[in-house]
Amino acid sequence: MKRMQIIRISLHVLAILLASLVVFRGAMAQDESNTGLDPLQRSYPRVYDTASGVPPGWPAPAGDADIYHFLLIDRLEAGFGGRENIIAWDAQGWIGGDYNKFWFKTEGEGAQGVTPEDAEIQALYSRTISPFWDFQAGARYDIQPSPERAHAVIGIQGLAPQWFEVDATAFLSHRGDATFRLDIEYEWLLTQRLILQPRAAINAAAQAVQELGLGSGINNSELGLRLRYEIRREFSPYIGVSWKKTWGDTAALARADGAETSSLYFLAGLRLWF
Amino acid sequence: MNEPGNLSRRRLLGTLAAGGVLAGLQSLLPVWARPLADAAVTRKGNAEAASMDLAIRRESIDIAGGRIAATTINHSIPGPLVELYEGQEALLRVTNLLDEDASIHWHGVLLPFTMDGVPGVTFPGIKPGDTFEAHFRVRQSGTYWYHSHSGLQEQTGVYGPLVIHPREQEPFTYDRDYVVMLSDWTFEDPHVVLAKLKKMSDYYNFHRRTVVDFFEDVNRNGLGATLRDRLAWGNMRMSPTDIADVTGYTYTYLINGLHPAGNWTGLFRPGERVRLRFINGSAMTYFNVRLPGLPMTVVQADGQNVEPVETDEFQIGVAETFDVIVTPAAPSAYTIMAESMDRSGYARGTLAPRAGMSAAVPALRAPPRRTMRDMGMAMKDMQGMNMEAAPENQTPMAGYDHGMHATAPADKSMAGMTMAPAAPVVARHGPDNHGPGNTGIPDMERNRLGEPGTGLEHTGHRVLTYARLRGITPVRDKREPSRTVELHLTGNMERYMWSFDGRKFSEVTSPVHFPYGERIRLILVNDTMMEHPIHLHGMFMELENGQDEHLPRKHTISVKPAERVSLLITADEPGRWAFHCHFLYHMKLGMFRVVEVS
Repeated sequence: MKRMQIIRISLHVLAILLASLVVFRGAMAQDESNTGLDPLQRSYPRVYDTASGVPPGWPAPAGDADIYHFLLIDRLEAGFGGRENIIAWDAQGWIGGDYNKFWFKTEGEGAQGVTPEDAEIQALYSRTISPFWDFQAGARYDIQPSPERAHAVIGIQGLAPQWFEVDATAFLSHRGDATFRLDIEYEWLLTQRLILQPRAAINAAAQAVQELGLGSGINNSELGLRLRYEIRREFSPYIGVSWKKTWGDTAALARADGAETSSLYFLAGLRLWF
Repeated sequence: MNEPGNLSRRRLLGTLAAGGVLAGLQSLLPVWARPLADAAVTRKGNAEAASMDLAIRRESIDIAGGRIAATTINHSIPGPLVELYEGQEALLRVTNLLDEDASIHWHGVLLPFTMDGVPGVTFPGIKPGDTFEAHFRVRQSGTYWYHSHSGLQEQTGVYGPLVIHPREQEPFTYDRDYVVMLSDWTFEDPHVVLAKLKKMSDYYNFHRRTVVDFFEDVNRNGLGATLRDRLAWGNMRMSPTDIADVTGYTYTYLINGLHPAGNWTGLFRPGERVRLRFINGSAMTYFNVRLPGLPMTVVQADGQNVEPVETDEFQIGVAETFDVIVTPAAPSAYTIMAESMDRSGYARGTLAPRAGMSAAVPALRAPPRRTMRDMGMAMKDMQGMNMEAAPENQTPMAGYDHGMHATAPADKSMAGMTMAPAAPVVARHGPDNHGPGNTGIPDMERNRLGEPGTGLEHTGHRVLTYARLRGITPVRDKREPSRTVELHLTGNMERYMWSFDGRKFSEVTSPVHFPYGERIRLILVNDTMMEHPIHLHGMFMELENGQDEHLPRKHTISVKPAERVSLLITADEPGRWAFHCHFLYHMKLGMFRVVEVS
């Protein structure tokens, strides 16, 4: 039974990844298409490269369409306090060029030592739409809580004026539930390597989702403050605090369930990127 | 030839430096610790034809205090001095002993375009094991250099000096002649450096503004002014500390292949006139160069004779050359100090009467900050900001046709140099924001040729500016330009994208066309927040800096942030020529065009 479930989940994830890659490759191909000969080229025979006017088979003088990749484990942390100690992760990464990328995100949380309560993965196509903003669309899959749930995803991610890192996303689940998430981060340099990072995350729903114990409107929020030390840019341990709160009907449902509606955690974690 | 008497003396001294005093020492020291005798220009003779073999290979060498597999030319970094004479038939054979394609471009040298050595533009590149023969008649003289134009090879060591001796006597004299080649060395793979910049563009910047700076600024300028300043930068999502993309965090800065502890030393006898041929062979580094206690007389820029200008410090952009003459009178050592523009490190050498002497090395000065002027903001927006109040010529000119005939700003550099007044606004930016590859546009485009370079505003001594360069030879082509080509230097620091007009090389559909024989006015507008060293292959550009008939000729022009410069070019060299930003990683990312003269 358990094995079947794992296989089914894996297949779902695989299907989402493959679908995203197909979309992504299509977009990449569009990036490379550079057709239309210029009249100036006529002076050179057998010319095909329109930007440089050189004979066929010569290499490009500037390799400016290379593919790069990035993997950021922004939070990998243990939280102490509240009713029980928790673990949480939040990672994302991309592979692609300047305009089109395949982007994935994963986050999850749960009590220490048991299966996480929440675990999700997103596979997105990301398109550069302005100097600081990407438009993203794709799929999200909730591995937990059970029963697992698939969502369509649409959102924007980028850098707002005054250096706020913003990720705003709307989700539509396969059962028709619409939910929203807003994630804002900021970085304060205390020194060149000691960095204080405030973070705010808000989840909301367009309607109640009884199964998940969600009311409509703002469901829950997290305010965090993390202090990291960049031993190297890529490797920084941190400590911090996180205040989680549920709101409105969601809070009422939680209370009825005997759960806490507000908890404060002390955090210790690692931030890594490659 | 120069005066014969002088020549024999010079030859003697050169031989002394090259073969005498240091010969014994050299065989004992690793390459990086040798005061490069190659740097002494020895004048091997002026035959009808000259040929030279250059072999590019991957090998383990000692450099910058470490040992690593690097890419050498004839077993050294920099490569050997290529010495030619005006009028000669030159044959330069380049053999590629790597397992990847290679190339050598002769930077600043006039030649048929098929000899220019740019893969994908002038030839297909040199395959592993192949030899490319560049043969051309030498039509010019001066200080130049050569380097790989393949991928990021240049950063791994493929560069060297090139000196062409004139047929006619030079308009200045000297007793000693040294090449001083500046470069930046990293033990990281340059592809890793580039990937890091793509992921986090301020990866190498350890001069970012902190909370401590905030409170210091509040103390100095008040809370309101500091907040307005932070809000202005925050709105643009740009950093005033973005001076260099790659810094001393990874770079060791070299003089003639030697790191500061290696202390490259050039010898002199007190009272001699010493010619120093400064070449910036860096991948990514601008330097501010001075010899504390020794005034310099600049006699050449980019290999072209200029009216002698005395100065105490000059900024040298990537790929530029400046020849200076110094006359050390005392029998003591003088430090050659080349600070990286962001002041995260320095290259250092010594001029001394005897080997082994050295002088004090000055401490690095405080890192510079960009100003609202670099943003191209109007002065009224700058009130109360962290910025010198300066009078402004408030007359915006609509068209670029007026260009640089606006008077060059008064040059204050003679009189203890404080701060040049805000340069005249010569145009306003049009409505085109150049797409996602460009983060901002300057409202005001200024003529900044009379301003000292970044970080040299308050040195308290004389600083060279472009406005002071005056060519010796009058401009030959006096026709009015029949065509104006305007290109904007664009970029997105956040995504680490660089381009012209917001389009990378792979996104453009045609070369820039210069009709053969025409006189072209090339307008460059820098929409970014950093300097870019822009290089045109094959033809010199005459910089319209207000020197009337004596415009200086440049192969590489450093364009300041929010600056609009005007250059005149006679399109008399048919072929396809590369035109690009000489920051190696900017070029690689597509700040590159092909200019077609036909």
